[in-house]
Amino acid sequence: MPKVPGLIKGLGVTFGEMVKTLKDGPVTVQYPHEKEEPTPRARGVIALHEENCTACMLCSRECPDWCIYIEAHKYLAPPRREGGKPRQKNALDRFDIDFSLCMFCGICVEVCPFEALFWSPEYEFSELKIADLLHDKDRLGQWMQTVPDFEPYEGGSEQKVKKVPR
Amino acid sequence: MSALATTAAVFGAFDPPYWLETTIKVLVVTLLVPTTALILGIVFLFKVMSWMQSRLGPQEAGPRGLLQLLADGVKFLQKEDLMPNGADKWVFRAAPVVVLVSTFLIYVAIPASPTLVVADLPTGIFFVLAVSSLSVIGILMAGWASANKYSLIGGLRAAGQLIAYELPMVLAVIGVVIQAGTLNLNGIVAAQSSGEIFGWSGLGYPFILTQFIGFAIFLLAVQAELTQAPFDMPVAESEIVSGYQVEYTGFRFLFFFLAEFATAFAFAAVASVLFLGGWAVPWLDESSDWYFVLGPAVLFAKIMLVSFLIFWFRFTYPRFREDQLQTFAWKFLIPLSLVNILATALFKVVM
Repeated sequence: MPKVPGLIKGLGVTFGEMVKTLKDGPVTVQYPHEKEEPTPRARGVIALHEENCTACMLCSRECPDWCIYIEAHKYLAPPRREGGKPRQKNALDRFDIDFSLCMFCGICVEVCPFEALFWSPEYEFSELKIADLLHDKDRLGQWMQTVPDFEPYEGGSEQKVKKVPR
Repeated sequence: MSALATTAAVFGAFDPPYWLETTIKVLVVTLLVPTTALILGIVFLFKVMSWMQSRLGPQEAGPRGLLQLLADGVKFLQKEDLMPNGADKWVFRAAPVVVLVSTFLIYVAIPASPTLVVADLPTGIFFVLAVSSLSVIGILMAGWASANKYSLIGGLRAAGQLIAYELPMVLAVIGVVIQAGTLNLNGIVAAQSSGEIFGWSGLGYPFILTQFIGFAIFLLAVQAELTQAPFDMPVAESEIVSGYQVEYTGFRFLFFFLAEFATAFAFAAVASVLFLGGWAVPWLDESSDWYFVLGPAVLFAKIMLVSFLIFWFRFTYPRFREDQLQTFAWKFLIPLSLVNILATALFKVVM
């Protein structure tokens, strides 16, 4: 077969693409009318499981944008055994993530040693005012309902599949 | 048929006084230019380009987004009319008008049927080529008056390019003129519709068959005249932002936009008249009443075909480098068109 000049081949590519679009539809999704289904591991928004948080501040310190604000106070919990010492615990007063600063790197989710932060694939949380993008711990807690279960690893993997606390 | 006959009779007997005739002609051209620009903009810039990039294009304004360009036009009218501090005020204001006037003038000579032509000039094609090159002056004016280096570079690039590609365009047309033996556009159409291919007159004798090289050169030159990709150096947005259009806002920019697309339509019309047989339907008698309806329709179909070619190239190819562009015009297209003229003239004499 003789070599087709690149110029003509290029014309063929665009024409073929046009025919394909008219026949099978475009690759784009008409967003407000139809929604794209994100993959289960998509990084949409960060959810907080408040009971697991010990206010250790690791996420806040590792955050490259410093967009996590944590405030906590200490309190004495009753001792576990009779005659024991009362235990010192941290109570979470404030846990805010400013999604106007967040760059969705996921380092906070990675570093959390107590499995308190999770990725949720939800992506529709735009706001009219930029200040409303500051999600407090109640809002972050609500996102927990949208966190999907972890998918099992590939066959033969030694890794244990983590459970999402519900 | 009787309705057609009466319509034809009305049209045939319609002999208005000079002032009314002129008013009608001016109105027709002023309405035609924005309409054609709208048609090309919506059909090709919005829809076909989107399809070629595997998307749907505008969807929200009107049915299937067909009114998007109208909405954009209204948006342009709302914009503030800005002018740079150091701008040459009169030249700056006049430049878009000069460009648009050159477009208006092309429409004057294009025939849509034996009688549907604003001015049936005996030197029609000469007139078209002459007025179409007026736009270079407007573009240079815009580039110079904007008091902006990008504009100036864009204007100079445009001037160099348009002058370089004016030549192959004229030379490509000469082949057709030699074959038809006339400069009149209606005469060229008649020459094509009355001819025959080896004794078979089913298609007439469109000059694209013998002047295929001329047709190709003409289309390439048109592409360059319209400063469309791959010849869009004067308005290269990644290098000189938008060339001579940088400082224009609102309706002044709209003028440039209208002029570009209306000129594309006009050149497509000229190409279909010169090479594809224009308004003629070969098996129909030339004075047939059907031409009041069929002529514009046939011409429109051919124009859309040629425009599709023009915009197809535009959406496919990346940009030339400036020196490649000049080399291509002076060292390839012009010699080729000269050879084409020579061959055509030889055949004309021999046959």
